[in-house]
Amino acid sequence: MTRREFLQLLALSGFGLVAPAGMLKGEGTGKKTPKKWAMVVDIFKCAKKEGCTECIEACHRIHNVPNIPDAGRQITWIWTSPFDALFPEQPAYVEALRGRQIMALCNHCENPPCVAVCPTKATFKRDDGIVMMDYHRCIGCRYCMAACPYGARSFNWQDPRPFIHAIDKGYPTRTKGVVEKCNFCDERLARGLVPACVDACKGTCLAFGDLNDEQSAVRRLLGSRPAMQRKPELGTRPKVFYLLA
Amino acid sequence: MIEKALKGGKGYRAWLLFLLAVAAAGFLSYLHQWSHGLSITGLSRSVSWGLYIANFTFFVGVAASAVTVVLPYYLHSVKEFGKITILGEFLAVPAVIMSLLFIIVDLGRPDRAFNLILYPSPQSLLFWDMIALNGYLLLNLFIGWSTLDAEVKDEKPLPWVRFLILLSLPWAVSIHTVTAFIYQGLVARPLWHTPLWAPRFLASAFASGPALLILMSLLIRRITRFDPGCGAIQKVATIATYALLVNIFLLLVELFTTLYGGVPGDVVHLRYLFLGIDGHHALVPWMWLSMVLIGGSAGALLTARLRRREGVLALICAAIIVGVWIDKGLGLVVPGFIPSPLGEITEYGPTLPEVLITTGIWAFGVLIITLLYRIAIYVKLQEAE
Repeated sequence: MTRREFLQLLALSGFGLVAPAGMLKGEGTGKKTPKKWAMVVDIFKCAKKEGCTECIEACHRIHNVPNIPDAGRQITWIWTSPFDALFPEQPAYVEALRGRQIMALCNHCENPPCVAVCPTKATFKRDDGIVMMDYHRCIGCRYCMAACPYGARSFNWQDPRPFIHAIDKGYPTRTKGVVEKCNFCDERLARGLVPACVDACKGTCLAFGDLNDEQSAVRRLLGSRPAMQRKPELGTRPKVFYLLA
Repeated sequence: MIEKALKGGKGYRAWLLFLLAVAAAGFLSYLHQWSHGLSITGLSRSVSWGLYIANFTFFVGVAASAVTVVLPYYLHSVKEFGKITILGEFLAVPAVIMSLLFIIVDLGRPDRAFNLILYPSPQSLLFWDMIALNGYLLLNLFIGWSTLDAEVKDEKPLPWVRFLILLSLPWAVSIHTVTAFIYQGLVARPLWHTPLWAPRFLASAFASGPALLILMSLLIRRITRFDPGCGAIQKVATIATYALLVNIFLLLVELFTTLYGGVPGDVVHLRYLFLGIDGHHALVPWMWLSMVLIGGSAGALLTARLRRREGVLALICAAIIVGVWIDKGLGLVVPGFIPSPLGEITEYGPTLPEVLITTGIWAFGVLIITLLYRIAIYVKLQEAE
């Protein structure tokens, strides 16, 4: 066999291996549209429930979020902020809602700046739009915390376990030195349940669903009522919507 | 050559012992941080970067400033820099090492640092910073060592060392540009999200780095027989002067754009820095001190009578270093976080353990520069004889 013949044989065998693999991949990406999870918050209903923390308690309980006494080092997957702090660029609404506490959480942006800056891809966006955290890969550089325009991320400045009231065995606890945030209850979604916060709010202020499904609660709400997002001008395309009226 | 660094008189050994002691204190403090987590620092959910990252930013600048002596000497044959160039190159080495150490002590899980290599993330500036800094470290170590080695053996340096030297020039600019991009790319932080930081970083680096080099040179002339040369020192001072003026200009450009435009989200960070907000003014005295030091140094450098007196020059250089360190370190990192994206003001102040770790890294850097300079000076003095 000449060298030329050998090289041609090699090329053909290579092609023979690659082509069926390519066809198999084609089989995998079928016609199913991926989900695009989103949440809708009714601002006025949430603002009316003064002092209510049901969504926060439910979330923090099932996710083993510690209760850190130091206010500057708290870990919050969901929290409440005054309306003017969440929407500083909307002064027109301030009078009606000034100082009223509204819930806020990770917006699971379509174009997440936190994912862009992570040097190990410990935070990443899934196909269904959820911005996930890999607690095992995070090196605790906190670049994602600097990059998040919404204050949604928290860091474990010490070992969180002594500060967890009652450990829920259904979800891992974290170690010191890693970042964490809301995960849209991906572990509940996998079992066909809605996120714990939506469940705890008992159908009043929060709706959750698939933006790609025209019949979903979120699509119907967004199609019929005006809504806004936090800091839309930044181009992050958040998927938590706040109903205006 | 290395054995030269370890032999010396009583004074030399006492100096090394002192540095090791400070470094050891820092290391012990770091062990404390390793076991308790970063809760021993003054950092918080709002201000998640502080003294460590401030120092990282400053020392990357010092490392990049080696280009201010390397470029004139190798590209433009400024013969006067013949003795000072090796000092500049060997200043870059501990500066980069310190920058890397400051990143490592800032990590929550440094035991996972290898993930940076296992999962390369080219969309992240920290990934590129890791590559740029480590590459620059290797470049400068190799260039410095091989040029010294060639002098010891009385030979010409290997031909491809010149290629590496030329490579180190844009590489020096790139390490500090990448560092600036870490901040500049974040839409979340209005104080950082401006194109001006990369040029400002380089300008302040080319002022503070040469200032440090001048201080080192004056000190070396005093305690050894090695003299980098009055002419070289004055030329480096000239470079620092122009760089400082550019830095001041860029600061004024920044102030005008922000204050004249008056967008509240942009102005509030500067107001916090220079005036304080609602009784929160921890950084105000530091910032004004920094402005006085930088402005005063610029004025003094422009006055030939002051610049030419080396005692005064040393003071000016110290003022530049402190002024730029405050401006670029604390004055950049901390106010980027204040107020937070939710409008909250949480102030930051380093804790004692944090300061001990910082001074420990400084001591380690000074230790390395002591050893490297001792070798370099020995070789240069041998060559002169």
